[in-house]
Amino acid sequence: MMLIDGRFPAGGHTNSAGVEAAARIGDIRDEATLERYLIGRLATTGRVDAAFCAHVAALTDPTDAALAEIDIEYSARVPSPKLRDVSRRFGRQMLRAGSMVWSGPIVEAVARSESDAHQPVVLGAFVAAAGGTPHDAAGLSFHHLAAAVTSAAIRLLGLDPMTVAAVQARVGREVDQWMVDADSWATSPVAGLPACGGSLTEILAEDHGRWDARLFVA
Amino acid sequence: MGAGTPAYSLPESRHMPPHDIPHDNFLQDSAPSERVGATPRRALRLGIGGPVGSGKTTLVGSLCALLREELSIVVVTNDIFTSEDADALRNAAALPTERIVAVQTGCCPHTAIRDDIAANLDAVEQLEMLHGDVDLTLVESGGDNLTAIFSRGLVDVQIFVLDTAGGDDVPRKGGPGVAMADLLVINKIDLAQYVGSDVDRMLSDARDRRDGRPVIPTSLVDQSGAREVAEWVVAQIAARRR
Repeated sequence: MMLIDGRFPAGGHTNSAGVEAAARIGDIRDEATLERYLIGRLATTGRVDAAFCAHVAALTDPTDAALAEIDIEYSARVPSPKLRDVSRRFGRQMLRAGSMVWSGPIVEAVARSESDAHQPVVLGAFVAAAGGTPHDAAGLSFHHLAAAVTSAAIRLLGLDPMTVAAVQARVGREVDQWMVDADSWATSPVAGLPACGGSLTEILAEDHGRWDARLFVA
Repeated sequence: MGAGTPAYSLPESRHMPPHDIPHDNFLQDSAPSERVGATPRRALRLGIGGPVGSGKTTLVGSLCALLREELSIVVVTNDIFTSEDADALRNAAALPTERIVAVQTGCCPHTAIRDDIAANLDAVEQLEMLHGDVDLTLVESGGDNLTAIFSRGLVDVQIFVLDTAGGDDVPRKGGPGVAMADLLVINKIDLAQYVGSDVDRMLSDARDRRDGRPVIPTSLVDQSGAREVAEWVVAQIAARRR
């Protein structure tokens, strides 16, 4: 649980998971629109991230070639160059902080990747190193995204944190319908993992990355 | 994670400091300035913090102008809202563009320098790696409140900057920034006469709070006003290399 605690020093507090951009265009205005956004994100990029996280968590001592394939497949699911860059940055930050706590062959393999590993890959590796299951990894990945979205919305829009907590709990129950796939994500060929990112997420992220005045990395 | 058996254990040599760490336990010589197991690095990492508008960016610009001939300098700036600080430094041609990076702090400037230093540490390491020869890495925090302080995991030494016109009772109020920073700068002393601030009182209150650590009054209307601070920085670099 330490890994996805908002206080774990991996830079999570600088990620709004698209909320800053969505709030700017009026897509998120209040608790109701936040709930709609959150479920949309969890159903799209959230599932992709959780699937890769669960897949990596099932590996014990992956070859460099296996990790390279995972990197290519995940990158292909994130069309926005800015989002790919942000994902690698958060991966690097999580690797730096997590390596002080967890170690093992999978962490070493991810650390020596040629390109900085994507964030869901690093999260999956630490879950494995900490003795967690692919199911744990998928759950943590969904929670990681939900926490980024809700905490950013509270800070950017001044929403009521107690109402937002209720939104997060309600939407969290929807996640169960995708969590049943965690074991199949663990054993699926990488190319067969979900590829259901959201095009608006990617477009807004590209736009956001060009703003002069922004509070969050993405 | 399964309940019952712990899936990991902390190495015994690592101490988790208590939340309410007493000031006496946080003196510079007892706090680690180097991460355990880290390779020795050349650059001195210097944090510059303080309230909004106290003159942090101006101080960074002045230090760059005074020291850039003799030292290789890079800057990470944490303006909470825009890349304005980075632009201001670039526009003043204090340093070449590729030596300045702006970091977003997700509405929480104090978190980014204290509780979760990941974004700043990443920027610092990337800049130092890119330039290789760095002597001095300046990390300027976003304007914050009196309780903000840099983590020792991010910087080796830190300066806290106060504005004379921000109220002459601020040093008396204390707080971690005022009490624990390695150097306290009381800036804009040229404004004291216009706002009725008592600089002498600010200096003596600050010294009472700081257990012998230095306090320097400055006016940064021109860059030479930062000369005494620059000398302190050079002495810190020399002390670190001894």
